[in-house]
Amino acid sequence: MTNGWVDIKNADVILAMGGNPAENHPVGFKWFLEARKVRNCKLVAVDPRFTRTAAVADLYSPIRPGTDIAFLCGLVRHAIETGRFHEDYVRLHTSAPCLVSPDFGFDEGLFSGFDAEKGEYARESWAYQLDGRGFVKTDPTLEDPQCVFQLLKKHVDRYTPEMVERICGTPKDTFLKVAEIVTSTGNAARVGTVTYALGWTQHSTGVQMIRAAAILQLLLGNVGRPGGGVNAFRGHSNIQGATDTAGTFEILPGYLKTPVGSQHSLREYLDANTPKPLLAASMNYWQNYPKFMVSLLKAVYGKAATRENDFGYSWLPKVDGNYSWMYIYDDMYRGSSTRAGGQEPGPEGFITFGMNPVALGPNSKKMVAALSKLKWMVVVENVETETAIFWKAPREYEGPEPAAIPTEVFLLRTFTNSARWLQWKWKALDPPGQAKADQEILAAILLAVRDLYQKEGGALPEQVTSVSWSYSNPYRPDLGEVLKEMSGTALAEVHDPSDKTKVHTAGQQLDGFGQLMDDGTTACGNWLHSGVYTEAGNNAQRRNNADPLGLGMFHNWAFSWPANRRIMYNRASADAEGRPWDPTRAGIKWNGEKWVGDVPDMKPDAPPGTYGAFIMMPEGLARLFAPALNDGPFPEHYEAVEAPIANPLHPKVTSNPAFKKFTSDKDVYGAREEFPIVCTTYRLTEHFHYWTQHQHDGLLNEVQPGFFIEIPEALAEQKGIRNGSQVRVISARGQIQGVAMVTRRLRPLTVDGKETWQIGFPIHWGFAGVPGHTGPLANLLTPSAMDPNTWTPEYKAFLVKLEKA
Amino acid sequence: MQRRTFLKATVVGGGAVLGFDVSRAEAEMREFKVSRTTETRSTCPYCAVSCGVIIHTLGDQAKNVVPAVVHVEGDPDHPISRGTLCPKGATLKDDITHRRRLLSPRVRRPGSDHWEDISWDEAIAKIARHVKDTRDRTFVARNARGEVVNRTPGIAMIGGCTDTNEFNFLQWKVVTALGVPYRDTQARV
Amino acid sequence: MPQTLEIRRSSASLWGEKTGMRHLPVVAKYIDTTTCIGCKACEVACQEWNDLGPVPTVQTGTYQTLPNLHPEFWNLIRFNERETDKGFAWLMRKDQCMHCEDPGCLAACPSPGAIVQYANGIVDVNPAQCIGCGYCETGCPFDVPKFHQKTGKMAKCTLCVDRVGVGLEPACIKACPTACLQFGTKDDMVARGRSRVEALKANGFDHAVLYDPPGVGGTGVVTVLAHGDHPEWYGLPRDPRVSPLLRLWKSVLRPLGAVAMLGTLFAAVGHFMYQGPKEPREGA
Repeated sequence: MTNGWVDIKNADVILAMGGNPAENHPVGFKWFLEARKVRNCKLVAVDPRFTRTAAVADLYSPIRPGTDIAFLCGLVRHAIETGRFHEDYVRLHTSAPCLVSPDFGFDEGLFSGFDAEKGEYARESWAYQLDGRGFVKTDPTLEDPQCVFQLLKKHVDRYTPEMVERICGTPKDTFLKVAEIVTSTGNAARVGTVTYALGWTQHSTGVQMIRAAAILQLLLGNVGRPGGGVNAFRGHSNIQGATDTAGTFEILPGYLKTPVGSQHSLREYLDANTPKPLLAASMNYWQNYPKFMVSLLKAVYGKAATRENDFGYSWLPKVDGNYSWMYIYDDMYRGSSTRAGGQEPGPEGFITFGMNPVALGPNSKKMVAALSKLKWMVVVENVETETAIFWKAPREYEGPEPAAIPTEVFLLRTFTNSARWLQWKWKALDPPGQAKADQEILAAILLAVRDLYQKEGGALPEQVTSVSWSYSNPYRPDLGEVLKEMSGTALAEVHDPSDKTKVHTAGQQLDGFGQLMDDGTTACGNWLHSGVYTEAGNNAQRRNNADPLGLGMFHNWAFSWPANRRIMYNRASADAEGRPWDPTRAGIKWNGEKWVGDVPDMKPDAPPGTYGAFIMMPEGLARLFAPALNDGPFPEHYEAVEAPIANPLHPKVTSNPAFKKFTSDKDVYGAREEFPIVCTTYRLTEHFHYWTQHQHDGLLNEVQPGFFIEIPEALAEQKGIRNGSQVRVISARGQIQGVAMVTRRLRPLTVDGKETWQIGFPIHWGFAGVPGHTGPLANLLTPSAMDPNTWTPEYKAFLVKLEKA
Repeated sequence: MQRRTFLKATVVGGGAVLGFDVSRAEAEMREFKVSRTTETRSTCPYCAVSCGVIIHTLGDQAKNVVPAVVHVEGDPDHPISRGTLCPKGATLKDDITHRRRLLSPRVRRPGSDHWEDISWDEAIAKIARHVKDTRDRTFVARNARGEVVNRTPGIAMIGGCTDTNEFNFLQWKVVTALGVPYRDTQARV
Repeated sequence: MPQTLEIRRSSASLWGEKTGMRHLPVVAKYIDTTTCIGCKACEVACQEWNDLGPVPTVQTGTYQTLPNLHPEFWNLIRFNERETDKGFAWLMRKDQCMHCEDPGCLAACPSPGAIVQYANGIVDVNPAQCIGCGYCETGCPFDVPKFHQKTGKMAKCTLCVDRVGVGLEPACIKACPTACLQFGTKDDMVARGRSRVEALKANGFDHAVLYDPPGVGGTGVVTVLAHGDHPEWYGLPRDPRVSPLLRLWKSVLRPLGAVAMLGTLFAAVGHFMYQGPKEPREGA
């Protein structure tokens, strides 16, 4: 989220798209309705289904799953065509004036630089034009045909309301109503927000959907302002934290990059990752990369990290290629992978903490087949999940017989993941039975492995033994101590670079990332969280809910990274002189000496004009043109990997060209001739993922007892399906059976001139639930398809056929 | 059935005090069930709204009390949730107390079709042995181009999205110590 | 903690309304169906607080938990799909005891003190006195009280009288994530409802109403309906009333019956005064 939950009350318009916030985040959704109450805000819901959000929205617009880019580009076009965009903001805070290389082009669905053989883009032609100092050339008039604004205008010109209707199936007049409401915020007086969730991320074009929304919001001048932003609603309590803290292979804590094989030394690594400023007025905050990285190495390797050994850089595992979700199981299934031109083994051992990959991953049959090849697996959970019992999956999952599965499976009981607050915030309740907290289990495994290496030696024992684990009780690391380690500690006397009066002696907690050093005198496990635990104590535990600004910021409630800032990019909430666009909803403002309001996303005493508003960007501006993505600098509509029509814009390049299909025998894709119906998956408010249906005698199983398939009334009539009867849904991967829920909330759409049906079902059930509340895994039907930037699977749009059971 | 009960009741009721008011005694019939429970403020573990909750446990935290969760409701001081909860948060008690929660570590041996109980110590020892053997067997010190990569492609590790940031940091330290390149979280899926 | 709530009316009471000395404000729930998202937080919060359920359910092709209220399920969201003059609508309404000012259940109840109305307006079943006859269900124009096989008693929403009695809001109200449920004095809830109806009318919902039916003297649950011309779309009766027969029973027949019964009682007292107490039998 760029803004906070409560901040949504400051919006004049809310576009809820790619998500169903009333269903999935009901408590956060109250602030949508508050906005309506206090500002007569208009809530627009765009969704393939008439959802619980749509039920209370001011305007509902249907859309075919997977076509959101066309819809959003249509809105961008509408804003530009009608002049309903915030021009002063666009000139001041975005990359609109930047000039792009004349080699950049777009033709028949492909951006310049596409290598058809590799299925990848070479991105050189997407670069900016630079002057002699290495700075980007700009045209403040926005008239140069190579400036970003003109290129964007040209790119979206094809997305007329008629084309939106043809691709999305959204009636033209409904689309225009949405456009009028949304673009009403393209000025200083009004603000709108866009909220989304997995309905955008889980597409083979997911990142570009979000990009399109960001472009729209930047044109409307809505980013960085209270009541604005592009707000992602995360599904799990701590997905954000897990991402910040390097849960994924490509990053280290604080979004530092995982080193790759070709970065032979710390110097080479830092040079590759520390950006140069692209404009004179760019603060280029990532220039501090070396401070963050060296402090991280000191936190992970402690005393073993010295200047002489590159602070332990060589011990860090390096990656070559992709190790994300789909590749984990693909490589597991195949038993090997190609890395840096050579063959390497795939995973033969697997550890999962509080995750249920058999249920979560697309193409469940492949998941079961992949796990069946493991030598060993550790499942840390508090209930018996599908993953824990994959070796006795029902027949339709087509796994091997148990006798043929060599995997030794350990199911360890934790009490953490359903009750993370029990660990240290709440000592009233002891761990039940023989349960241990996740960190105890983790520590036990690490310390036991270490023991073995100390006794027996083995492959590079230093990698295992050098990681610092100097907690008071190493078997039960105190989370307060860990938080201190993450927040940042002085290892020698440290002088604050911007305030000479602030001196920290060795062992003291630092105030924030501004005090981190690149010489090994500071340790910090995550620069982004720096300041959460200072000499003043644990700021995450603060409970003062005062809100003197009245904008729902709550600066003394817990801690919000970075630096306790509540609205990201808040410098953009003010104009060139530092005056708020809307004085009644000021993010920050310049008072002549410093920025006041929210914690400024800016050097606090830098007068307006010194730096661009987007301090993490090398150009200091918000990017309308994103040259770093893998599938194009502008969003372009591509059909889902399985789609009911060929792309009307460029039938030869119908789906995302940067996505490469998987090729194992389990990876099959269906054709529209055989599977004519569009299908999508979703969540219900009454259940949490694959988790709450395990609650024996739980009330949630009462209020949402079992799996169902939502079918449009007219399609049900055509097929003679009665409400409540059993039906079968079949995709190229498998088939599932369930109760038909016949409804008018789903309707046929006219897409590219033909009537197109859509159905859908929720994901929550599986074969490991409470008796009476089990069901098919939705992912039996979903394809091995994904976004080429985030490698998130395409759960939200695929093809099926439907029949009576 | 109902009619018969009624007949019976007419007799009973009539014979008792038909027409007399039964006021105060009956007005006290429903006890406020959490008047002396221990209240602990905390955070709901489900979605990213992270609502504030108040957990009510039996007893006053004295040494000899085994505290059981008897009720959970919203924390009105929490600035986002303001005491409200969704159905998942409103039934948190079920998540803590339901009967299917696991009781002890288990192992499924290679080729077996059932679980067996295993002690923690034995489980950890066996897991550590597996981890070390796999790491030693699959460790890649240099890639095919001869570059130092120091990774263990034989192990994959996922998780952490319902955990604290602190746990996630510890987990990252462990994958770093073991050289694990395959790691992912719920953020992806 | 002992709670004392003044009782205003009691079933099968000869004396009718009994007002306590204290002036307690009448409380009410406010339901805004136009901001209800049907999340069912109120359903489970009700059950959790009242230690009810789970009632065994199966998926039958609807979002609605049960077809009707149930002795262990006092709070039910009703889901309805309708084509309206404003286009398609998915209507959701929280159904529960309406806590009528003039409760049909209380009027119908033959057992003294089995249904009471407190001075704060809450209508409650007293299981100690309830005989499970089901007359209250028949007498209720909203079909609310339900017979519980296990206890042989009637059961329904108590408006969390235990919480309200100590100054708290009902469990359903507190949980509601969208603030479509609110709690306060009846006057405040009506005012809130009227202003919401005005806002709806200003946004083009010409038929919006605050449902507070006069036929039962108004209800302790006031409901904002965008399509007030069609209360049946929400599962609400158009013009609920306490049956005239019930009124007859309550105001005429029952006192007559009581007089007759009192006669018997006096006879019994007379008998006692002459004969003295009955000696307990051996071993009784």
